[in-house]
Order: sequence, then structure tokens, then C-alpha cells
Amino acid sequence: MLDASTLQTLTQLSYLVAAALFILGLKRMSSPVTAVSGVRWAGVGMLLATAVTLTFVAGASVLNLGLVLLAIAIGSVIAWVSGKRVAMTDMPQMIALYNGMGGGAAAAIAAVELYSGNEQNLVRLTMATVGGFVGAVSFSGSLVAFAKLQGLITRSARFAGQKALNSLLLLLTLALGFMAVTGAGLGSGELVISLFFGFALLLGVAMTLPIGGADMPVVISLYNALTGLAVAFEGFVLDNAAMIVAGTVVGAAGTLLTQLMAKAMNRSLGNVLFSNFGETNIASGGGVTGSQKAIEASDAGVMMAYSQKIIIVPGYGLAVAQAQHKVWELSQLLIEHGVKVRFAIHPVAGRMPGHMNVLLAEAGVPYELIADLDEINAEFETADVALIIGANDVVNPDARSNKSSPIYGMPILNADKAKNVIVIKRGQGQGFSGIDNALFVLDQTRMLYGDAQAAVSQLIQAVKAAG
Amino acid sequence: MIDGVIALYIFMLAVFTGYEVISRVPVILHTPLMSGSNFIHGIVLVGAMVALATADSTLVRVIGFIGVVLAAGNAVGGYVVTERMLKMFISAGKKKGP
Repeated sequence: MLDASTLQTLTQLSYLVAAALFILGLKRMSSPVTAVSGVRWAGVGMLLATAVTLTFVAGASVLNLGLVLLAIAIGSVIAWVSGKRVAMTDMPQMIALYNGMGGGAAAAIAAVELYSGNEQNLVRLTMATVGGFVGAVSFSGSLVAFAKLQGLITRSARFAGQKALNSLLLLLTLALGFMAVTGAGLGSGELVISLFFGFALLLGVAMTLPIGGADMPVVISLYNALTGLAVAFEGFVLDNAAMIVAGTVVGAAGTLLTQLMAKAMNRSLGNVLFSNFGETNIASGGGVTGSQKAIEASDAGVMMAYSQKIIIVPGYGLAVAQAQHKVWELSQLLIEHGVKVRFAIHPVAGRMPGHMNVLLAEAGVPYELIADLDEINAEFETADVALIIGANDVVNPDARSNKSSPIYGMPILNADKAKNVIVIKRGQGQGFSGIDNALFVLDQTRMLYGDAQAAVSQLIQAVKAAG
Repeated sequence: MIDGVIALYIFMLAVFTGYEVISRVPVILHTPLMSGSNFIHGIVLVGAMVALATADSTLVRVIGFIGVVLAAGNAVGGYVVTERMLKMFISAGKKKGP
């Protein structure tokens, strides 16, 4: 049997290897060709770190060892089954859920440190508390994000003085955290610690509730970064270099990703978090005049079958209706007719960056047909038809021209420049953000009402009939 | 074992690493990448395991237990969904359009 200090060194070396594998894995995930091997490398690192930690835990009491194994089994089985079963369209909320679990785990570590009262070092106590605060906010905030995306919470709670209440909650939590740090060493702070975590959890809920569905990608990304930071803080407390490195890398990467997303919507992060933009009804943006003109699927199908070039703009409605396979079927049919088909993806289409890319990849759409905003925008002028499937704000020309519109300045896909625009939409109402869309009332725009999957199926029939 | 200043150095270098690794990722991989980084902070599992292993009261055991369940969910769930998503990109890359 190895002596304690050798074991300690081996443990630390394994953590070092695990951290290296995480970074290399992330790096490999940055290219589609090596991406799967990337996540597998990171997985090997995770297995190694967990196995080595188990040898350490094995030295603990039988009761604690049993609890550790039981807890790992429960968490793994639940996550494995749910992760395998979830539909591709529901990925954003699953990521939010798993991310929240990580934040909760970081908060739990902090709680263990604070409640047990074993830690006397003020710096470490502060680290534990800050990590616990961030982790708890990320935990409850991610759960609310999950509930909203899953449709469990459909209304956004808003009231006057909300910002004041959130600020008050923040101050209270920080004050309690300060008390927990300075009082914990005295062993008299259990109530303070409980209140601290209670208010931190409440703050996460209060912060996330007013944010609208359209802003969820940014919020999930932000909580992902926050969980990373919380993990890093707890890593400092536990002297665990793997946690520090992995948590910090995720924190930094997640922050960058969050900024990229907010930038794609031409808004600052503060604006996303505090302006309640997502579902406001007050700002319909100077009034959109004109009426929407409906079209039958049969007419739309004929129009498309005899086009030269069609640009398809998918949005969240496509994800909701699980229409990605039908859309690719329609596209293949059109390509057989000699139509040039391309997909235009807005950076924030759907509920996560790249959400549409994942769905189209699932359906088997080749990369070369998919273009992002900069590539495709000049091409709309030469397109006979722009087919908008469940997208709304990302094609609203008000963002370009109407200064009073809440989305003014956001880069959009110039679908309004196409000769004809066909919009598949469930009804006449406003989209997720509650903003009127000037595109829908243009002369060349026709509305095809219905669920995206049903409507696209009808279009397939119509194109076949035309052909 | 990890002293204050050394810890700050680790932190600083890790920040640069995170920025560098992500800054070259194409938009289409943003969702899988967020999912992948979500999996990587599942390393919180090892911390939760240590915290539970050293628990010495019922309250702390309960919290530690919840912590390990959540952390294992983060790690396993994060891995499963990331791998599923990335596999799709591979199959889509191999299939050629007509």
C-alpha cells in the first residue's frame, strides 16, 4: 500500500492530467471534425479525477463512503436517462438544468464548509461564501430558466419596484454573507448561514423571473459562466487545482460567449438582465400599419416550385414544432426541382446560439447549405422567396429603420429584400418578444398560418403536385 | 498547499486559456460548446465527494449528499447531451446533399 504523501502526490498529478484533458477537449470541440473526440477526452479526464478522488474517499468512514457511492449512483442514473431521452429541440432547457445542478453542488460545498465550522482561515471562508453565493444564484436562476423554456412557467412576473426589490435582496444576501464569514468561526452562525443561502436562492429566482424567453440564450450562457466561477472558488477552498482550472476556464469562456451573444442582439449584458425587454408589450415600436395577407399552402408550393432561389430562415417555431426533418425533406424536393436552396441562420435564432444549426444537423442538412448572417444578407436581393419558419424578431426590418423600436440596432436577416416572403406562423399575434413585425405587412409578404410541421408538410404536398 | 499568490497565477492563466480556446470557435458549435463547458464544470463532483467524505454531522451529511447527487447529474448529464449533439454534426458532415 502506498503511504499517504505518495498517494497525495499521485492524486494531485491526476488532477493535473484531468485539467489538461479538459482544456485539450475544449480546444478539440472548436472544430466539427474533432468535436466528438474533444468531449471524449474531457470525459476521460472526468473519469480519472473521479476515480482518484474515490481512492481518497475510501479512507473516510464507511457511512460517508456508502453515501458518496449512493449519491453518485442516483445523480448519474437520473441524468443519464434524462439526457438520453430528451429531444434535440429541448436541449437548451436540459443544459440549463444540468448547469443549475453544478451551481447547486458548488453551493452545497460552500454550505458544508460553513456549517461544519472546521475552516477558520478568513480568506478561505470568504472564498467559500462568494462561491456559495454565485452557485446558489446560478442554481435557482437556472431552474427558473429551465421551467420557463419547458413551459412550466408561462408568465413573466413583473411589477413596479422590481429592481428595487432585487437590489434589496442583493444587499441583504451580501450582508448575511459578510456576517457568515466573520461569525462562522465562532460557531454561532447557523441561522445566519441558512438565511444567507435562502436569500441567495431567492435572488436567483427574482433575477430570472422577469427575463423573457427571447433573452434566455444569453441568460443560460451567463449562468454557465457563473457556475464555472463558483466551482473555481470552491476549488480554492478545497485546494483542488483541477476545480480551479476547469472552473476558471469555463468562467472565462462562458463570459466571452455571453458577450458574443449579447453583441449579436446589439445589447449590453446589463440591458438583457435589467431592461425586461423580452416580453414587453408597451413598446410596439411606433405602430406597424397595414394588414397581414394570408396564402394557401397550395399557392405557396407552386410559387416555390417555380423559383430559382429560396432562402429559408428558421426560428424558434421550427424547434417547437420539431419541423427540422420536414423542412429538409421540402428542401431536397425543391433541390430536385432545380431550385437553389440555402438556410440563413441568425446568431440568436432559437433559444441558444447555434440552436438552429444543431437542429438542421440532426435532420442531415449539409453544412454548405447553411450560411450565417454576414454571408447571406447580400443574397436576399437575388432570392425569389424567403421562407420564414417560426422566426420573428430576427427578420423585423424595424430593427434597421425604426428608432423607436425596442430592437432598433439589432443586426437582422434582410428577408424583406427578397422578391417574395412567405411566413409560416401559428397565428396573427406578436412573436415571443411581443413586438409587431413590419415584415409581415409588406406588399410582397404572404402569411401561411399553422404549426410549422403541418404547414411544411402541406408545402411538400403542394410542391409534389406542382411538379 | 496552494498559496494565495500561486492561486492567483493559476486563476489568471486559466482566464487567458478560457478566452483563447473559445475565441476561435465557429458559431455553429456555440450550443454544443456551451454544453461542453457545462460538462467540464461537472468537475465540481470531486469537490462534493471530498466534502461529503469529511462530513461529521447529520446536517452536513444531508447537504453533502445533495451536493454529490447534483454534481453527478451535472457531469453525467452534461456529457450525455454534449456527445449526442456533437455526433449529429459528424453524421451531417458525412451525408452529402443531392
